[in-house]
Amino acid sequence: MKCGVVTFPGSNCNHDMIYALSKILNQKVVELWHKDHDTQNCELIILPGGFSYGDYLRSGAIARFSPIMKEVVHHANNGGLVLGICNGFQILCEAGLLPGTLLHNNNQKFICKNTFLKPASLKAPICQNLHSNESYKIPIAHGEGRYFASENVIKSLFNNDQVLFQYCDIQGNINQDENPNGSLNNIAGVSNKNQNVMGMMPHPERAVDPLLGNTDGVPLFNSLLNLIAV
Amino acid sequence: MSNKQTNNTATLDQALELGLKKEEFTEICEILGRIPNFTEVSIYSVMWSEHCSYKNSIHWLKKLPKDGPHMLVKAGEENAGLVDIGDGLACAFKIESHNHPSALEPYQGAATGVGGINRDIFTMGARPIAQMNSLRFGKYENPRTKWLLKGVVKGIGNYGNSFGIPVLSGEVFFDESYDQNPLVNAFSAGLMNVDDLISATASGPGNPVFIVGSSTGKDGIHGAAFASKDITEDSMDDLPAVQVGDPFQEKLLLEASLELAKTDAVVGMQDMGAAGITCSTSEMSAAGNVGMKIDLDKVPTRQSDMKDWEILLSESQERMLVVVEKGKESEVKKIFDKWDLNCELIGEVTNGDTLEFFQNGQCVASVPPSSLVLGGGAPVYQREYKEPAYFKKYKEFNINKISIPENLVEVGRFLFNQPNIASKRWVYEQYDSMVGTNNVSTNNPSDAGVALVKGTYKGIAMSVDCNSRYVHADPEMGTAIAVSEAARNIVVSGGVPSAITNCLNFGNPYHPESYWQFVGAIKGMSKACEKFSTPVTGGNVSFYNQSIVSGKEVPVFPTPTIGMIGLLEDVRNIMSLNFKSENDHIFLVGKIVNDISSSEYLVKYHEVLESPAPYFDIDEEFELHQNIKNFIDKKLINAAHDCADGGLFVSLVEMAMSSNLGCEIKTVNEIRKDSFLFGESQGRVIVTVSSDQLDSFKNEIKTNGINSLYLGKVSKESHINIDSTNYGMVEDFKEISNNVINL
Repeated sequence: MKCGVVTFPGSNCNHDMIYALSKILNQKVVELWHKDHDTQNCELIILPGGFSYGDYLRSGAIARFSPIMKEVVHHANNGGLVLGICNGFQILCEAGLLPGTLLHNNNQKFICKNTFLKPASLKAPICQNLHSNESYKIPIAHGEGRYFASENVIKSLFNNDQVLFQYCDIQGNINQDENPNGSLNNIAGVSNKNQNVMGMMPHPERAVDPLLGNTDGVPLFNSLLNLIAV
Repeated sequence: MSNKQTNNTATLDQALELGLKKEEFTEICEILGRIPNFTEVSIYSVMWSEHCSYKNSIHWLKKLPKDGPHMLVKAGEENAGLVDIGDGLACAFKIESHNHPSALEPYQGAATGVGGINRDIFTMGARPIAQMNSLRFGKYENPRTKWLLKGVVKGIGNYGNSFGIPVLSGEVFFDESYDQNPLVNAFSAGLMNVDDLISATASGPGNPVFIVGSSTGKDGIHGAAFASKDITEDSMDDLPAVQVGDPFQEKLLLEASLELAKTDAVVGMQDMGAAGITCSTSEMSAAGNVGMKIDLDKVPTRQSDMKDWEILLSESQERMLVVVEKGKESEVKKIFDKWDLNCELIGEVTNGDTLEFFQNGQCVASVPPSSLVLGGGAPVYQREYKEPAYFKKYKEFNINKISIPENLVEVGRFLFNQPNIASKRWVYEQYDSMVGTNNVSTNNPSDAGVALVKGTYKGIAMSVDCNSRYVHADPEMGTAIAVSEAARNIVVSGGVPSAITNCLNFGNPYHPESYWQFVGAIKGMSKACEKFSTPVTGGNVSFYNQSIVSGKEVPVFPTPTIGMIGLLEDVRNIMSLNFKSENDHIFLVGKIVNDISSSEYLVKYHEVLESPAPYFDIDEEFELHQNIKNFIDKKLINAAHDCADGGLFVSLVEMAMSSNLGCEIKTVNEIRKDSFLFGESQGRVIVTVSSDQLDSFKNEIKTNGINSLYLGKVSKESHINIDSTNYGMVEDFKEISNNVINL
């Protein structure tokens, strides 16, 4: 199960992701550098959170042009697994690998807190082993996380099983009170049509270490990693 | 001034305009044996400014205890103190102010404060793992306060979130004494292998000197001198003295610096903060008893035609000075190339006590570095101090003259409507508190923030504290209370206090009554730090925190902010503050006294501003800490929370709010009920005990003769029930508390 974690200049969740995968989930992890032209035969490529290139223009807008992204697109087009978390999700949207876009939170502020997620997709790799009637406590930390797409796109996302997660309350109820950033339909993560490219704003790597008192992220990774084992 | 020729000799008027005193100018002439030129006077003016030289505080700072069994680097030796935490690891930590820049430009002022303090940590070779901040603003209702609060919080958030270090804890306090002059104190702690320590010392004549990181621009020129002036209506003219931050550059600089620390190519490194190239070259040279030759033409600049003194004094952020071992230049270059950062050779280390700067082949300044620095030739003054009249007057306060309100239920709700008591959620949710995946307190709310030391079970507990109202009422006792509260927060969370860093925010040192507050604070801090075995590892002093309002000088409340760290041997034993289960027994540990002095209740509800510091006994406080530690070690309690601002009532509601359970308690007759619920006497902690442990707990109390009181039980119904009266539902308190600070 070879996982590659990309470091862009300004990535700041790369170490957390590597720690979660290698120390907690016992996976083989290689570090991929933004200037690399090779993904070293990784089966899963992860774009971690952070502020790639400072994100002064628009989140993810510059990172999509970095050399490694050519390889990531190539990997994705060949059906390889790609997961983008937070800034990684923004980059995947900018790169056109995922539909929609991420706007400034509707309160125009950065928000960091625990949120609850309900898995929406039945078949996407990151969801397939989850319980669709349970809520998972996964934290968010972003300023631009309001998922937006045209009405038609949103409709097709639901029709094609492309919505991965929706923000909900602890009981799993999806309502506006629990929508932290104004995302359409409380959408917290989506996949492409083939479901091999996935992006989400919440940080599952922040919810795997038992010493931190929250391991709700473990089933998400297990769901994703089991698939690689098959 | 910019038209002056730099090779011309400077005039006394120029020196005075730059903030030097007449006798200091004379002294400089004597040191040099000639009249300095303008550039040289500029160098002395920043190096001898309060900000860099500590000339008005060092006499007293030296009296603070700085020895401890775990100290690897003591106060003043390096950029930050360093504490041994075992397993070959050490924790570097420090707090610093960025008050004056934040008063003018809150966003950049606060952002660069965060940048500066983190550079102090990673320049030593430590990776920052946690941040805290301590903020003071004027009256919350003022539009200016809201503008400052918004800007400061956004500045801290945007810089820290992008840089990627979690904010674990903090405090926000409002009082009108900060109306014009907010306080922004930023703390950072980092971890390193003891062997990776990089010293801020230059050595080895012939070794090359590099500048790395951002280019040098015209921002922040004379920032150090500006920080050593009163804030006045004319301060906006100093706006160019405020620096501009770039967290992205800082993040790259962090990664490159830590890669550099792993090599053996570095002789010494220092970040460029106040007084930029001037300060870093002179301090590194003086520390190593060497000199330097620096070619200013080699410094990458943002603008062309920058004057020599502009390059020397620029406080452009995200820069470091690195002395490299000769022959290993390419190793260093390679690392900075990887991170796309500037890395320019600008000079070399020389023999002797001479620091020379060149531009266009001309020597533009030549000064002995030892004469510039603290501990060397920088002036040291002993200022006059005088007890202000208010001190005795406050002590005349008589609690019996304050009537007990008939409706205490209303008082409870009133307190949660006060910005000082209400939830600071609006503030802390704008900070990334979980990046780094080491924050143990996110899911185990505790009085101190606790950061996991990854790869071990250890945790670093940390807290920033200072109730400046107490310090104003009684500087010596108030500061001892600040140290005690920080220690209490760490102990209550399951840690053992290790050491402190301080940020001493005071008024004008030339004002004897302000200076009396400073001296008192030092005395109180010394006493408390000795009692808790927490040496002072460093920090900073910020004088001149005051405003001139219609011709009258108003100093801020004296605010000696304490940043304390402690060690948890095993984070699995963290003690959290939330109620755990219905029917758990609630006890108050510590002494109960009739006291409402300086409480939020007395000041806001009764509008009585003149009272002494609350009840405090340092020996009782120390004993309390030992008792709480003992309860935690023996696993006798399942929650603990100290009584602080707002008193016992507020602490109980906070324990309930983070659990969704309620409580039913009884007060005692011998104490005024308002004092029992809302008084802020020190040395008290609320603990809860499960029914299984009740006998053992009671036994422990009895055997050791511990001062304690049975309060009542945790209830399933989420209300706060006191003496059979419902003081409100927990949900309602949350609703009130979360919406007071909401901009």
